Amino acid sequence: MMPENHNYSKYHPKWHRTPIPIFWWLHKWVYIKFISRELTSIAIAFFAIVLLFQVRALIEGPQAYSDLTETLNTPVSVILHSIALIMVLYHSLTWFSLAPKALVVKLGKWRIPDRVIIGLNLFAWILISFLIGWLTVTL
Amino acid sequence: MNEYITLDVLRYNPEENSKQNYQSYEVPFRKDWVILDALNYIKDELDGTLSFRWSCRMGVCGSCGMMVNGEPVLTCAEFLNTFHPGPIRIEPLVNFPVVRDLVIEMSDFMEKLERVQPWIIRKDEDTPKGEYLQTPSQLMDYKNYSMCINCMLCYSACPVYGLEPRFLGPAAIAIGQRYNLDNRDEGEKQRNKVLSEEEGIWQCTLVGECSAVCPKDVDPAAAIQSLKVSSTVDFFKSFIMPWQNR
Repeated sequence: MMPENHNYSKYHPKWHRTPIPIFWWLHKWVYIKFISRELTSIAIAFFAIVLLFQVRALIEGPQAYSDLTETLNTPVSVILHSIALIMVLYHSLTWFSLAPKALVVKLGKWRIPDRVIIGLNLFAWILISFLIGWLTVTL
Repeated sequence: MNEYITLDVLRYNPEENSKQNYQSYEVPFRKDWVILDALNYIKDELDGTLSFRWSCRMGVCGSCGMMVNGEPVLTCAEFLNTFHPGPIRIEPLVNFPVVRDLVIEMSDFMEKLERVQPWIIRKDEDTPKGEYLQTPSQLMDYKNYSMCINCMLCYSACPVYGLEPRFLGPAAIAIGQRYNLDNRDEGEKQRNKVLSEEEGIWQCTLVGECSAVCPKDVDPAAAIQSLKVSSTVDFFKSFIMPWQNR
């Protein structure tokens, strides 16, 4: 029989919580790809800022615009732009491949398969890019 | 053929040590054995103190989730042959507190699961007169989200859950979406109040690993992204068409 003054203390084992290291994403290839995809947003921002500079130069007149074009033609600028272009291409391709996850398009009962959605997106992208390129060259 | 394979198990005994440490076991290599068979061999023959969860041993209960060579898998579904010649590194599921050895604490998930209200919500409280009708096509809308076995592999694979423990997580959001898409349910507004919080779907950055590791092809990433779309549409509708807020 238990004495009157017995005391039960609830035994709670000490849980082990592993801290997440700051470079957690270097441990797996999938995570490295994910972080690179997120970092491509810097390239997008870079292009946007360059575009703002171009618009400002256009407003200021032909001299300002030709000065800017000279700055953009330097080797440093060309290399930066090439790296940014590769990053933007990676960004676009990864986002298009994720589009079917967000868009569930159904024609009646039939759900449009993932590859078709990705393909249509890519086709529209290439088509619009061609159109814009052709317009800038001919006008 | 008396071949053996080594299992390096990350053990944790809070009564003896505040740190985890690896312990190696030599297990007979049988082509038809899965990792769970090897762990049960260790417990039966080599070291009875090894603690781990398992139940159905056929991939439907979700109890035996562990990290095998850094990947969250169901140990009843991974053959020893895949990792031959080894050694195989076994660790408890990451992003969860470890209670002992390979046993993790999942009360956080249980609380989140309850928060998303994973049951049919009807506007009227009366008992239904007859059955709720559902066509096979309506079933297919949410069927794959209903296949979740709560194995927690997706929570281990999700880096966001590791960095932000308040994140609802892929399984909880997938089961919420399963009820949102069910034509018998009328509680989408109520459920979305929880789902479209900051710690709900908006913490997700679409790493996509949750869907990659899911043993039942639930595709929680798709549930989260489609919820993001519908939640955003509802947000704009709420002030373009406020009369719909009844």
